[in-house]
Amino acid sequence: MTEAVAFARTPVLTDSYMHYCPGCTHGTAHRLVAEVIDELGIQDRTVGVSPVGCAVLAYNYIDVDFLEAAHGRAPAAATGLRRTLPADRYVFAYQGDGDLASIGMAEILHAANRGEKITVVFINNAIYGMTGGQMAPTTLPGMRTTTSPQGRDSADSGHPIRVCELLDTLVAPVFLARGTLSSAKGVLKAKKLLRRAFELQHQGFTLVELLSTCPTGWGLTPGDSLAWLDRNMTPFFPIRTFREPGAMPPQADPYRPDLRVRDDGPTDEPEE
Amino acid sequence: MNRVQIDRERCKACGLCIAVCNKHLLAFGGALNSHGYQPVELHDAPTCTACALCGVVCPEAGVQVYKAAKPKPAAAGDTP
Repeated sequence: MTEAVAFARTPVLTDSYMHYCPGCTHGTAHRLVAEVIDELGIQDRTVGVSPVGCAVLAYNYIDVDFLEAAHGRAPAAATGLRRTLPADRYVFAYQGDGDLASIGMAEILHAANRGEKITVVFINNAIYGMTGGQMAPTTLPGMRTTTSPQGRDSADSGHPIRVCELLDTLVAPVFLARGTLSSAKGVLKAKKLLRRAFELQHQGFTLVELLSTCPTGWGLTPGDSLAWLDRNMTPFFPIRTFREPGAMPPQADPYRPDLRVRDDGPTDEPEE
Repeated sequence: MNRVQIDRERCKACGLCIAVCNKHLLAFGGALNSHGYQPVELHDAPTCTACALCGVVCPEAGVQVYKAAKPKPAAAGDTP
């Protein structure tokens, strides 16, 4: 009997056994990046920069050239790669929230501000996973972690940082989007976002934030983690595309006349 | 017949594919793999629609889904 392959492991993933905990969505994100590289046919022209964090061994799993950056410095290392390699190369950084949003905040802000032609895959699971579940800059208010056992107190530890919204204030980025890996629908949408980011990479800075789970750090089963993500993270980190070519800021930006004003719906002003 | 092939050694028994399967065809198998996990297995394969959602959510990329080729359509005029 003849049969067609409806779904298969992409050849851009190596045969290595991933070290991630059961149900960790890092594996899903790796697969999506690999599938996008496969679909675009750029495996031999792509260089990745792996972070410090759980994904530190990403170079063992995605079969492209890789550079290992110091903690938080992946956008800086990617900048160097982008500026020294021929222009047809694709450079992406893969970072978690403890890496990108805390120690690497300066690097990501300035790489985005300079409009470096790189793609950043930002995994946001609201916790430091590798080091044992400590509070991260993206930890939700009231969320219990090993360093906030009573729940994050925003009066003491500040509020979670919304990275996409923060970068959306800059002039240079061309593509900023947030997706979620909490459902099959979200995963399929996330792949489209990643593909769009890679396609736009040579126009300027692109970043895709993926809401992810950390079942071990959160103390939940993999299935419950997905539900927890939907219930708690999505309201604080809305799923949307913040910026893409041709559509951008809420107000007209004199520095970017090429971008049209985003229509955020009716204003609160009463009608005459 | 459509079928789902799960890589026994990659499976970490997180159960995400079991939860996503609309037809409830996936379940933990009996035997452990070399990592000590209980890999998921396909049951009642004939009703599988090869929607591949199990593959989409699998964090280990350990699922392959095969869709059986449709039988040749009947000669013209047979179908309304």
